[in-house]
Amino acid sequence: MNLQIHISGFVALYIFMLAGFAGWVIIGRVPAILHTPLMSGSNFVHGIVVVGGITSLLEASSVQAQCLGFFAVLLGAGNAAGGFAVTQRMLAMFQTSGHPQRRSRKGKPRAVVTPPTRA
Amino acid sequence: MEITLAQLGIGSADLIAAFLFMFGLHRMSSPVSAPSGIRLAGVGMVLAVLASFLSALTVSVAAQAYLPANLGLAVIALLVGGSLAWWAGRTVAMTAMPQMVAIYNGLGGGAAAAIAAIALLGGQTTVSRGHGLDIQATGDLTVTLLGGLIGAISLSGSVIAWAKLDGLLKQPVRFRGQQLCNGLVAITMLGMAGVLIANAQGGPTDLPASATALVLFFALALLVGVLMTLPIGGADMPVVISIFNAFTGLAVGLEGFVLQNPALMIAGMVVGAAGMLLTLLMAKAMNRSVSSVVFSNFGEPSRRKPGAIKGSLKPMAPADAGIAMRYAASVIIVPGYGLAAAQGQGKLFELVKMLQAGHVSVKFAIHPVAGRMPGQMDVLLAEAGVPYDMIFQLEDINDQFAGTDVALVIGANDVVNPAARTDKSSPIFGMPILNADLAKKVFVIKRGEGKGYAGVVNALFYADNCSMVYGDAQAVLVQMIEAIRGLGLPNAA
Repeated sequence: MNLQIHISGFVALYIFMLAGFAGWVIIGRVPAILHTPLMSGSNFVHGIVVVGGITSLLEASSVQAQCLGFFAVLLGAGNAAGGFAVTQRMLAMFQTSGHPQRRSRKGKPRAVVTPPTRA
Repeated sequence: MEITLAQLGIGSADLIAAFLFMFGLHRMSSPVSAPSGIRLAGVGMVLAVLASFLSALTVSVAAQAYLPANLGLAVIALLVGGSLAWWAGRTVAMTAMPQMVAIYNGLGGGAAAAIAAIALLGGQTTVSRGHGLDIQATGDLTVTLLGGLIGAISLSGSVIAWAKLDGLLKQPVRFRGQQLCNGLVAITMLGMAGVLIANAQGGPTDLPASATALVLFFALALLVGVLMTLPIGGADMPVVISIFNAFTGLAVGLEGFVLQNPALMIAGMVVGAAGMLLTLLMAKAMNRSVSSVVFSNFGEPSRRKPGAIKGSLKPMAPADAGIAMRYAASVIIVPGYGLAAAQGQGKLFELVKMLQAGHVSVKFAIHPVAGRMPGQMDVLLAEAGVPYDMIFQLEDINDQFAGTDVALVIGANDVVNPAARTDKSSPIFGMPILNADLAKKVFVIKRGEGKGYAGVVNALFYADNCSMVYGDAQAVLVQMIEAIRGLGLPNAA
C-alpha cells in the first residue's frame, strides 16, 4: 500500500472547496451569543499550523531554515496553546439559570463548599 | 518499513485530528455542548502534534545531519511557546480577551509566513529545470507566496489590532493620500512576488537576487498589514479581528498544500470560510460592507452641526436612577464597551439580582457589535454569572422596548443612537440599533459627554425621556446597589 500523500492541482481545489463549504455550514448555525468563543475556537483550530512548523523544522538543512522553523513552531505552539486556554475559559462560564452557580475564575473551577453534615 | 509505518501513523493521526476539529467546531453551536467541542478539538491537536514527530523518520538525506539539533529545537519551541501562551491565556483578565484572541491569531499568521519562507529558501525558488514554463511548479510557488503574504499581513495587522485594543494606540492614524500610499506599497509587494516567480523560471536561481526580493517581499507584506490596520477605528475592531482570523486560516490552508498536509489544508480552510462568514455577519449587523471597513473613512468628524439636536442633557444621581428601577415593573439593560472597560459586570449582576428579588423583570439586550469583539458582552456577562437565558439578541428583544419601564444603557453609545433610523446624513444611518429610546425612561451610564467611537452625537441622550448618570460604570452601579439597599424594602415585596 502506498501511503505517500500527494495532493496536486485539482485535488487540492476539491479539498479546499469541501472544507470551505463545511466551515460555512458549521458556523452558519452558531447563535450570536457564542460568536466570541467560536472565533476564539476557530483561532485555536488554525493553531494546527504548529504541525506544519514541526515538519518544516525537521526537514531544515540550513541555519536560516532552522531559525525560521524554530519561529514557526514557537509561534504556532503559542497560537494553539493560547487559543485553547482562552476558549476553554470562556466556555466554562456559560451557564443557564437552571444550573447551580458554578463560577470559575482564572480557569480553575471554584470548589463548591458544602457545609459539613452533622451526625 | 519504518518509513511506511511513520507515514501510516502521521496519516491516520492527521485524519482523526481533521475530523475532531470539524466535529468540535460543530459542537460549538450550542452553549451546552460547546465545552466538549473545544476539548475534542484539543485532543485532535495533541494527537497531530505528537504524530508530526514521526516525520523525523522520513526526513531527506540532506536534513539527516541536522536532525538531532532540529528535534531539540522543535521540543524547546513547542514547550516555550506553548507554556508562555497557556500561562497568558489563563491569567489575562476576561476583559482583555479580544486583544488576546488578536495576538494568538497573529502568532498563527506568523507561523504560516515562516513556513512559506522555509519552503521558498529550500529551493522552491527554482521551479523549472532550465527550459520553458513549468505550470505545476509555478503554481506551487504562487500558492506558497500567497500563503506567506496573507500570513505576514495577518501577523503585523493583528499586532496593530492588539495595540489598539490594549489602548497602546489610541487614535486611528489617518493622513492625506493614505489609500494611494497603501496601494503603492501593496503593488510593490506584488511586484516582488512577480520578480520571485520570474527568477524561478530562469533555471538555477540567481540566489542573491532572489534572496533580496524574498526579504523585501516579506517586509512589504508586513508593512501592508500595519498600514491596513492603522486607519481603522475602534468600532470596527470586531470586524477586523474576524478578517484576520479568516486570513490566518487561509494562510494555514495554503501552506498545508505546500507541505502536502491535508489536515492543515482542511483545518485552515474551515477556519478561513468560517471567519469570512462571521466577518460578513458582523458587517451586516453594522450595515457596512467589508470593504468600507477596510478602506474606512468612518469616524471622521461629522459634518453635521450639533445645534440640530433638540433638548438638553439631563444629569441624574446614581441613587435616584437605582431607586427608580427598583419601583419599575420591567428593566432592559443594554451593556456596551464601557461596562467592560470599568469591569462592572459583577456589580451589574448584583444589581440585577436585587431587582429580581423585588419582582422587577430584568432582561439584557445585546447588540451584535457591542464591545470590541462579536459576542464580547455575552462572555462578559457569563463571567459575572448571568444565566444566558436572560440575554437576548437584537432581533428577539427590539419589539419589547416600547412596553418597558426603564432601559438602562451602560457604556454603550452608537448601538442605541436613533440617528441610525432617522438621519440620512449620519454615518451610521441604516445600522440596526437597539430601540432603547422607545422605553418609557432611559438611563444612560456614561463616563462623560463624549461621542461614541463612530464620532457621532447621540440624539438619544438629548431626548425628553432620557437621563444621564455620569461616572465610571462600576462606581455608579455600586451607588445604585447601596441606594436600593438603603430603601430597606423586604426582598420579596
